[in-house]
Amino acid sequence: MSGVFSPTRAKIKERTLRTDKWWVEPLLTFSVLISFVIYATFRAFENKYYFDKESHLISPFYSPCLSDSCDPGATLANFTPVSSQVFNFALSPALIILIFPLGFRMTCYYYRKSYYRSFWMSPPACAVAEPHKTYTGETRFPLIIQNAHRYFFYAGLVFNVILTYDAIISYRNAAGEWGHVSVGSLVLTLSAATLWLYSMSCHTCRHTIGGRLKNFSKHPVRYKLWSWVSVLNHSHQRYAWFSLAAVAFADIYVRQVSSGAWTNFYFF
Amino acid sequence: MARNIKLRIWRGDSTDGGLKDVVVEANEGEVVLDVIHRVQATQMGDLAVRWNCKAGKCGSCSMEINGKPRLACMTQVASFGEEETITVTPLRAFPIIKDLVTNVSFNYRKAMEVPAYEHPKNLAPGEARMEQIDVERSQEFRKCIECFLCQDVCHVVRDHEENKKSFAGPRFFIRIAELDMHPLDTLKNRKKAAQEEHGLGMCNITKCCTEVCPEHIKITDNAIIPMKERVADIKYDPVRWLGSKIRKREGL
Repeated sequence: MSGVFSPTRAKIKERTLRTDKWWVEPLLTFSVLISFVIYATFRAFENKYYFDKESHLISPFYSPCLSDSCDPGATLANFTPVSSQVFNFALSPALIILIFPLGFRMTCYYYRKSYYRSFWMSPPACAVAEPHKTYTGETRFPLIIQNAHRYFFYAGLVFNVILTYDAIISYRNAAGEWGHVSVGSLVLTLSAATLWLYSMSCHTCRHTIGGRLKNFSKHPVRYKLWSWVSVLNHSHQRYAWFSLAAVAFADIYVRQVSSGAWTNFYFF
Repeated sequence: MARNIKLRIWRGDSTDGGLKDVVVEANEGEVVLDVIHRVQATQMGDLAVRWNCKAGKCGSCSMEINGKPRLACMTQVASFGEEETITVTPLRAFPIIKDLVTNVSFNYRKAMEVPAYEHPKNLAPGEARMEQIDVERSQEFRKCIECFLCQDVCHVVRDHEENKKSFAGPRFFIRIAELDMHPLDTLKNRKKAAQEEHGLGMCNITKCCTEVCPEHIKITDNAIIPMKERVADIKYDPVRWLGSKIRKREGL
C-alpha cells in the first residue's frame, strides 16, 4: 500500500473526497484531443484534397509539401526532395512533416499537463489518487525526450513562417491576381496567426528570449521582450486550444473546397 | 444570521481513525476554522487542530476540505451549499499525528538539503546592490508562507511514498529557482543539483501546486518550468552546452 493509503497516513479509504465534478475537465480534454488525433491521422494518410489550385489554398497538415507527388503550386519553389514511394508504400506528404508540429505539441508544457491528466491519469485531477503503482516522472526514456521541446519550438517557428507564406499567397483570385480576399484566405490567416500566438507564448520562447538571464538589469532589451512574452505566456493554454482548432478547421475547409463539396467564397 | 451546518471531521491517529459526523452552529462570515474551534469548544474537547494567525499568513491550518488542500482560516463556510456536508480531513501526504494534525517534518528535512545563498567573495556585507527588476523576480517566491499545501497535493509524493527520498517538492523548487535567478548568488551547479539531487525531473507539470497555493504564486510557470529549461540548457542541449564551455559562463 502506497500513497494516500500508506500505513503512516490518516486511514481514509476513499481515493478522493472531492465533491465537485473533477472528472469533467480530463474527460473533455481526452475527448477533444482523441478526436483531433483520429481526424489528423485520417487526414495524414488520406493523401488527397489538400490543395486547391483555383483558390491557392493548401492545408496546414500538408505544408510544406515536400514530396515529388505534390502539385507544383503546393510546393515551395518546386522543392520536393522526398520520393512519394517508399518501399512500395505511397508516402503521404503530411507524414513527412508531421513529426515537427506533433513533436512541438507533444512536448509542450501545457499539453503535457493536459495529457498526463486526461490520458495517463497521473494524476487525473488534483488530490485524486492516481492508479499507478510506481512513478518516475520525466527522468527516464521515453519521457526524458520532453527536454527536447526547444528543438521542436525552433522547427515550429520555421513552420509558422511557411504557413504565413501560405496565407499570404491565398490572397489571389483564380487568375493569380493579388488583392483578393476569400473565406479561405481568412481561414488560413487565422490559422497562421493563432500558431504564432501559440509559439510566442511558449515557455521555451519565454526562457530563450530572457528567462535564462540571471540579471535582468544588465539586459534591458531582453528584459522588455521577456515581459511581453510573459504576458502572452499567461494565455498559453488558450492559444494552444485556439491554434489546434484553427489548424483543424483550416484543414477541413481546404479539404471541402478541394474536393468540390464547398465553394470558396470571394468577398472581392 | 446563525445556522446549523453539517461537518464530517476525521478523528484518529496512526493506528486507526475515521470520519465523525457533527452538527455545529455557524455565523455569517465565519470560516471553516471558526466552526472547527466551535466543535472543539462545545463537542470534541480533545480535537487536535494546528492553527495560529487566522489570517492566511502563517500556513498552520492546512487541511483538506471536501478533498481539496486548503487553509481552514481562508475557507468561507458560505462558499458551500446550505445543505452540503463539509468534510474535513488532515493532509493526506504526510504521516498522521492526531485528528487534523500531521507530521510535516519531511518539508524541514528537504529545506535543509537546499544550499543557502552564497554571497560574492569580493563584496563586503552592505556593499551589494540589486536593481528593482531583479528583486521583483524573486519577490513572488518570497510570498511563500510554507503552508505545504503544494507539497501535500503534489502526486509525486502524495501517491508515491517512496519518492520522498529523492524529491524535494514544489515549495523547494521555488526556493531553488529564487536562488538560481538571484544575480548575486555565486553557488555553482544549482541547476544540476535541482535535477540530480532534488528530483526536478520527477515533476510532470500537472500544475496542482499552482492551483492550491493560497498566495497565488505561479509555482509551475515561474519556477518549475524555468528551472526545467535551465536544466535543459546544461544537460540536454548540446548547442547550449558547447556555448557555455566556449564562453565560460553558467548564466548571463
